[in-house]
Amino acid sequence: MGQIEWAMWANEQALASGLILISGGIVATAGQFTQWYFGAYSIAAGVLVCLLEYPRGKRKKGSTMERCGQRYMTSLVKMFGPLTRNYYIRAFLHLALSVPAGFLLATILGTACLAIASGIYLLAAIRGEQWTPIEQKPRELPQVGGTIKQPPTNPPPRPPAEVRKKLSEGQEDAAAGGSQESGQTNPLPVTDEVV
Amino acid sequence: MGCWILNESLSIILVLLWLGVNFYLFIDTFCWYEEEDAFLYTRVMLGSALAWARASAVCLNFNCMLILLPVSRNFISLMRGTHTCCRGLWRRQLDKNLKFHKLVAYGITIHATIHIVAHLFNLEHYNWSQSPDASGLPAALSKLGSTPNESYLNPIRTFNTNITAELLTTVAGITGLVLSLALILILTSSTEFIRQVSYELFWYTHHVFIFFFIGLAVHGTGRIVRGQTPESLTQHNATFCRDRYAEWQMAAQCPLPQFSGKEPSTWKWVLGPVVLYACERIIRIWRFQEEVVITKVVSHPSQVLEIHMKKQRFKMAPGQYIFLQCPSLSALEWHPFTLTSAPEEDFFSVHIRAAGDWTRALFEAYGAEEKVRKELWHLPRLAVDGPFGAALTDVFHYPVSVCIAAGIGVTPFAALLKSIWYQCCKPQTKLKLSKVYFYWICRDVRAFEWFADLLLSLETQMSERGEVNFLSYRIFLTGWDENQAIHIALHWDEKTDVITGLRQKTSYGRPNWNDEFRQIAYNHPSSSIGVFFCGPKALSKTLQKMCRLYSSADPRGVQFYYNKESF
Repeated sequence: MGQIEWAMWANEQALASGLILISGGIVATAGQFTQWYFGAYSIAAGVLVCLLEYPRGKRKKGSTMERCGQRYMTSLVKMFGPLTRNYYIRAFLHLALSVPAGFLLATILGTACLAIASGIYLLAAIRGEQWTPIEQKPRELPQVGGTIKQPPTNPPPRPPAEVRKKLSEGQEDAAAGGSQESGQTNPLPVTDEVV
Repeated sequence: MGCWILNESLSIILVLLWLGVNFYLFIDTFCWYEEEDAFLYTRVMLGSALAWARASAVCLNFNCMLILLPVSRNFISLMRGTHTCCRGLWRRQLDKNLKFHKLVAYGITIHATIHIVAHLFNLEHYNWSQSPDASGLPAALSKLGSTPNESYLNPIRTFNTNITAELLTTVAGITGLVLSLALILILTSSTEFIRQVSYELFWYTHHVFIFFFIGLAVHGTGRIVRGQTPESLTQHNATFCRDRYAEWQMAAQCPLPQFSGKEPSTWKWVLGPVVLYACERIIRIWRFQEEVVITKVVSHPSQVLEIHMKKQRFKMAPGQYIFLQCPSLSALEWHPFTLTSAPEEDFFSVHIRAAGDWTRALFEAYGAEEKVRKELWHLPRLAVDGPFGAALTDVFHYPVSVCIAAGIGVTPFAALLKSIWYQCCKPQTKLKLSKVYFYWICRDVRAFEWFADLLLSLETQMSERGEVNFLSYRIFLTGWDENQAIHIALHWDEKTDVITGLRQKTSYGRPNWNDEFRQIAYNHPSSSIGVFFCGPKALSKTLQKMCRLYSSADPRGVQFYYNKESF
């Protein structure tokens, strides 16, 4: 259990709590329950939590599976800097958001779940975890002819690229037997095979 | 395409059957609660939310009964062995137990959502019926139960209470909250991402199901769903008396209706599976006590540890797996490993790769990294549970089998090939299996080492017995650097392969499955061919596609049957 990244589970739990808050809020508002305005608050809180938690943070090691379409939310969440990076702030935010929803029965499940998520985030923060956004790798466009710096000056048969590089740095040639080119050392004796 | 339907038909039928039973239970219970006379007065206050809640409750009973069955591995192994007809078909179905477990879990989630929402409405309606603004029949019904010889209908007795507090003082309310929380915790820690991040978190959190089942059994004991008693129904006709509520006290025709709560029935549904699963865990504890003797430990180059063990009364089949526990590392964790020895040997062995917390800790405990060898009696004790069945036990039932392994996925096939070797040694055995194709796709050259010995001895033995056509294998190396490439190119023309030392040459790059399957289909025109695979999902999808593509539309022609094993 030593190497577990608690923030990953806290993220899943918080996202689920957000959805539960939204559903509880909709039920309370649509059914016009007593004190249904808590339900309206719960919908708003749920939406905020879902938007905050949707972009998954990067794991410390290994590859992280992105959620579908999270790029846009990642850039938005990244903008808040330390407010979203720090898990202590997230833990207290979730705890604060969950309290008002606890006054209405329809949303109390959301409160409990969000409070649990807040607790797991606190644990993650104590262990020094941080939210790092998953960056998009810049697409490397294939550069046509980018590696050709200098066209070859000698006709074929030519030595391989490394030997050509050494030649251009000015290494003295070590002509091996059977070769007509300077700097070519053949590992095996080369004979002209006429079959 | 047509053959996909044939291959997958049993799965589809079972899923449709499950859905059908769910719908039947839901609709049947719904209609009953909407029409039953005993609940007429309850419906006056609650509307059809009562029927929604009860119907989803019955479906929850059904699904909670089913959810423990697919993970009762010993039970499944038992069922696997006892089927006499259509063995292959049912065995393949039993391999999909985890998929079924997840399906039932989704069903529980949906029904739980319906149940919770319906009961939220029910509580609100009960509360409204107690309000001073309520009039008529609901108000009259709510007032019942205030005097000693009356039985109440409305569980909420006064208006100005907090419904949440009311709920939390009932058994059903508290257990409901505990149940929902347990379910949500299990769901969030079982997503595929979390299972990859930390299998241990998934394993430990999943055990919250114990609280789930305790809560489930206790949930109905409060008898909060109330209907008219049968005696009251004979004396007080609800359809006639409902409009004369002002005269109930006085008139002889309509005495006060008496109500009683519904008996809890969940325990009847879940008792069987809970007892079965408890037996499973007891078996595991009992197996934990049994002594396991470690006879040999070999440390292989690519972070692979081979452990030979002996245990009393241990019987296995090739392709099966065991659960290992090392009490000195972790008292509660059991990890699955495929057996790599053949049943004919007098020991059983596993090859463990260092891939996570527990395996790396095991490596260190067994001194795999150190130069100094540890004595066998100094090594930490291991406990073994199993063996549990897996797809490869079917290999011998097909006339032709194609075995494909990727990387460490070769372990079940190691056991199989060894077993085939031993079977071939016995001259009197007549095997149904007449041809085995084996493909091994590997990235790391060093991983060949422990398996290469096995293949070498198989190759020699096959040629000695003159049965060169029984096993044809191909190895594909998918990762190499330039130095290796030069080395390979220089030794291209030699008799034995430069990497494995085998006579069969290694191929480079990934196999062209279309060509392979086409060739196999051509060589065996009217056979049923079993395809067995252990490895990553992407390749599994490709192979499934190939099986569908190259199975002929004619049922007498070549048919590929796909079997997959993964943990």
